[in-house]
Amino acid sequence: MFITSPKVLKRASLGYDGLLADIYWTRVVQYFGFRHHNHSLSYNLLAPLLEITTHLDPHLVVAYQFGASFLAPAPPSGAGQPERAIQLMEYGIQNNPDNWHLYYDLGFVYYMNLKDYKKAADAFARGSKVPNAHPFLRLLAAQMAEHAGEFDTARMMWTATYQNSQDKLIRQNAVEHLRSLRVDEDVTNLQEAVTHFGERMGRLPVSMSELAAAEGLPGVPVDPDRHPYKLMPDGRVEVGVPDDFSFATRGLPPGYKPVTKFHDLQP
Amino acid sequence: MNARIGHIASNTFREAVRDRVLYNLIAFAVLLSGAAILVGQISIDIEKLVVINLGLTAVSLFGIVIAIFIGIGLVSKEIEKRTLYTVLSRPVRRWEFIVGKFFGLAGTLVVNTFFMAIGVFAALFYVAHKFVRADALILIALYFIVLEFLIICSLALLFSSFSSPLLSAVFAFSLFVIGSFAEDLRGFAGMAHGLTRWLATGAAYLVPNFSAFNVISSIAHEQPVAAQLIWHNTLYALFYAAMALSGAVLIFEHRNLKLSSAAKLRLLQALALSFAWPPAP
Repeated sequence: MFITSPKVLKRASLGYDGLLADIYWTRVVQYFGFRHHNHSLSYNLLAPLLEITTHLDPHLVVAYQFGASFLAPAPPSGAGQPERAIQLMEYGIQNNPDNWHLYYDLGFVYYMNLKDYKKAADAFARGSKVPNAHPFLRLLAAQMAEHAGEFDTARMMWTATYQNSQDKLIRQNAVEHLRSLRVDEDVTNLQEAVTHFGERMGRLPVSMSELAAAEGLPGVPVDPDRHPYKLMPDGRVEVGVPDDFSFATRGLPPGYKPVTKFHDLQP
Repeated sequence: MNARIGHIASNTFREAVRDRVLYNLIAFAVLLSGAAILVGQISIDIEKLVVINLGLTAVSLFGIVIAIFIGIGLVSKEIEKRTLYTVLSRPVRRWEFIVGKFFGLAGTLVVNTFFMAIGVFAALFYVAHKFVRADALILIALYFIVLEFLIICSLALLFSSFSSPLLSAVFAFSLFVIGSFAEDLRGFAGMAHGLTRWLATGAAYLVPNFSAFNVISSIAHEQPVAAQLIWHNTLYALFYAAMALSGAVLIFEHRNLKLSSAAKLRLLQALALSFAWPPAP
């Protein structure tokens, strides 16, 4: 970057700051996309570029929403700078106080990336007070305050993300996360069933059908793509095709490296 | 408007068209259609914003460049080609000449803006597949841009009435840049003390406040424009353009347009040669 000061750029735009902000936003997308594609671990210019973009056009909501999701996740999915993401969202809220989506996204970063349930609850509660805010913000605030089950909360957030966005990329990403969540939950439950079987029988089940029969499961458990889960000789439960669930954190073969995709984004 | 002003205005318009000024519309169309198609591929969720921001910025900047580069030559070119003497030898007053030139240039820019506006709306329809009520706000931004053109045309004519084309272009463009910082200048005047405060306040009110006319960014975000601002900008632009035009008329009225003896001789020689038959080898 030749000019790093957002103020200087705003002055130099001679009042045509909207167009310059669009150019910088495109630069952010290209920068992030290129680095992400190359599995880069460093995103040094991302935060300054986003700062310039939002200073030039403080009402460019898409820059806050996507910007935070580029900044917050750990590399290689993102820049691993959740604090910068929160600064960005707070700046966005300051300039667009009536946009409830920004409070939702702020709470999302607190919950997903920082696991700070108290601040997430606070962000959702602030958002729920905005005129025309979606009612689920109040529910999310309550759920965060109660520190409810992780799967239920995550499912609720991704479902809300899916329902409240018209963007194809965001909706596709939400579906991917929901599918991976289902795998995580299934694997957790199946692993508990294996442990229970072992405690009862004094040995590990030899197959998934034996486990299903012994634990009263409705049939051989399958993942969202109808592929059966695999029971490994050491008692671990694994997903059939790990590449199909990019965000799954459980049921993956040891040493497995997920294939990162460009749509690895939050809302 | 009297008939003589109308004739000068229509001649100025025809001359601008003959000078291929409207060819800029091709560049504009390529720029806008390229952006409308490309941005969806290389960016996220700003297709409509880009069409509005880029479209209106291009309308504004193309128009400003045309206003300055044609405006500065309106008087000097007529003097240089000596066509001014033919015009003024008829019952045309000097103020009518200046006002006619102004309306001719303003008309050229309005026609240019009209075609560009069609392009902006076509590109908008291409990316959004429909029009919404808020899109009508673009018309307000276009109206403000036209008001901006009136001020710049009058300034270009003012400078062209006493200065060379090159200096007129420098003056007009500088004033456009300074005018874009008018709000900052007023802010600076508010913070300054003593003589600096007086000078800065004077300068802030003397330069045209172009920042008040730029509502492109807020309109791109579908933010409404206050009716008061529309009235203020209309009155301000008309008043400022009238003042600058009056200045141009005043200077032009007192300008010595008499030919020097050498120039007279050259003119007579040219006339004699044109009437001589058979033509000189």
